[in-house]
Amino acid sequence: MADKTTNSGPLNGSRALEIEQHRGYLMRYALLQLRNRTAAEDVVQETLLAAVEGAARFSGKSSVKTWLTGILKHKIIDQLRRQSREQPLAASDDAERSDTEAIDALFAADGHWRDFPRNWDDPDQSLENKNFWEVFEMCAGLMPVKTARAFVMREVMELSTEEICKELGITATNCWVMLHRTRLSLRECLESKWFGKS
Amino acid sequence: MKIIPSCREVSELLSQAQERPLTLVERFGLHVHLPLCEGCRNFKRQLVFMREAFKRYLERP
Repeated sequence: MADKTTNSGPLNGSRALEIEQHRGYLMRYALLQLRNRTAAEDVVQETLLAAVEGAARFSGKSSVKTWLTGILKHKIIDQLRRQSREQPLAASDDAERSDTEAIDALFAADGHWRDFPRNWDDPDQSLENKNFWEVFEMCAGLMPVKTARAFVMREVMELSTEEICKELGITATNCWVMLHRTRLSLRECLESKWFGKS
Repeated sequence: MKIIPSCREVSELLSQAQERPLTLVERFGLHVHLPLCEGCRNFKRQLVFMREAFKRYLERP
């Protein structure tokens, strides 16, 4: 006979432990998106609490990690909405202008790269290198806040451009420009701080 | 856009290809430009790598 406390009432110990194991992952996820340690800790804490309270509703159809990530996404979006009410981001016209200027700076007037992207030597091997992740974190941290949000929503949360536009209140074109700029800047940072070094 | 897009336009198309299906004309532009341009081919590979890196960054123990 199955123990009745497994699916209802207080959370059983092994499930609680399993949830706790994902704290690091959730924290990195939240930090990328919110760019603020306190805010990230808050949403992760809220997520773990909600998970503990809602453990009985966890169907077991998905992995615990997928389930937790689903809760975290909602908490992050709530948090972003609160933040944008309290402190609206710069008007999108200005933001787009500065994105365009940042892109302009990387290309000559005739549209050629000022600095050609190099061939990155065995990039997959870098993924196994602890020092690479420090550089990666630093480069990701250089993204302007709003741009970073759009980028992380796209790359990490895997939201569609439409959903991102809706959350950030910007046009699709604006969003594409922002993502383009971010990819170019991140690329440049990784190349100059990591791949160009060898 | 001219028949052969510039590197700047190609980098924009490669980035947007991750957001939306490209038109026939845009795909043709890439098809003509990329074999001639090592920098843009490198950029194309780097886009794939960066997306993968973000996933791996989160997965690290």
